[in-house]
Amino acid sequence: MQQIIFFFIRNKNFLLFAVLFTISVALTIQTHNYHNDKYISSANYITGGIYTFRNNVADYFSLGKENEQLLQENLMLRKKLDQFKEVVNVEKLDSTFLSSKFTYFTARVINNNYSKTKNQLTLDKGRKDSIKIDLAVISSKGIVGIVSDVSENYATVQSILNTQSRINAKLKNSGDFGSLKWDTKNPNIAQLIDIPRIAKIKKGDTIVTGGRSTIFPEGILIGTIKDFHLDNDDNYYYVNIDLFNDMTSLEHVYLIENNDAQEIIELEKGVEDEEQ
Amino acid sequence: MKNNDIIVNIVRFIVLVFLQVLMLNNINIAGYINPYLYIFFILMYPLDGNKGLLIFLSFLLGLSIDIFEDSGGVHAAACAFIAYIRPVVLKYSFGVSYEYNSVKIKKADPMERLTYIASLVFMHHFVMFSLEIFSVKHILLLLKSTLFSGIFTIILIVCTLVLFNRKST
Repeated sequence: MQQIIFFFIRNKNFLLFAVLFTISVALTIQTHNYHNDKYISSANYITGGIYTFRNNVADYFSLGKENEQLLQENLMLRKKLDQFKEVVNVEKLDSTFLSSKFTYFTARVINNNYSKTKNQLTLDKGRKDSIKIDLAVISSKGIVGIVSDVSENYATVQSILNTQSRINAKLKNSGDFGSLKWDTKNPNIAQLIDIPRIAKIKKGDTIVTGGRSTIFPEGILIGTIKDFHLDNDDNYYYVNIDLFNDMTSLEHVYLIENNDAQEIIELEKGVEDEEQ
Repeated sequence: MKNNDIIVNIVRFIVLVFLQVLMLNNINIAGYINPYLYIFFILMYPLDGNKGLLIFLSFLLGLSIDIFEDSGGVHAAACAFIAYIRPVVLKYSFGVSYEYNSVKIKKADPMERLTYIASLVFMHHFVMFSLEIFSVKHILLLLKSTLFSGIFTIILIVCTLVLFNRKST
């Protein structure tokens, strides 16, 4: 008995180290699983508060650029509205008839990283503002990511610059589907895989989100084709994409909720159950 | 540890965490090179201080950075590791005598000091990046990140040492 106690006393530093190291490795592995409940996340009261404070200060430095971008977007929306008015007589439309499949929210990015292999963003809206897990996040230029964790006042987003992200995407011209992923090398370039060999693709083609996911609406811009080659088995293309979004400088983003998501998921689950 | 030391270390802990998460994590030279100056705390921890306490404090330090960075426990693991291995590194960089005639890290021979700093920095970065990247496929990225971020960190730590040394004399 005495020997055991002595053993513990002699090796107390090693034991302490071993316990702490195990805890941290466990925490690390836990973050590798996509949206398990996280205990350690920047969407908590203290870190969220500090990041908000930093952003309140840092926002002033990019006001000019942000305004320019919002102007551009307004201009584009105005043009679209005018085109729409020409086709439909808008006077008759009451806003109660304008029920949409999607609900939009806005948020500000208070923390953004893009230099790791599993990048996350933190937003200043949370459960209080009816933000939920699995909402789509886009900016005025294109796709950003998916909400992965929500607290009362903040939310974290799994960026498309994350080795675990897989997003359904398609070629705008031909409609061929593939999945979007990221090879960690460059924050401005993402990869599209699983495009079948028979697809007609060429440099400069636009890539948009496909309608097959319950998260993203169809046709959100992603990027243009930079270059492509066949993969090892010669069956699928491996495509490098220049992202429209500058993922290194994000300020304001939109969140999109698909109001039918629940229904679709339940329906698909029902089909799977019947098959079994 | 003297009273003065305790206060200095508490202040250093807090200042380094804030400096790291508010400024240094956003440098991103060439897209992925960041200095990790916060381990300065572990390097400068008094040589005669309690070793168990150092391991625990280092874990806390790493965990604070992890909470801000959403990275699980990669910094905590790396910090606990270098805190545990520190006595060994001290021994081979300053010789066996460090335990008896209390070598001052700030006043040690520059070459010995550099060995000490560089070994701990590279060990920390290697453990941290391997846990963060967590895949054999990206081994090149791991080595590249360790090397470049490591060099950046070492330069910053040496600069910090020089700056604060001048102040005290």
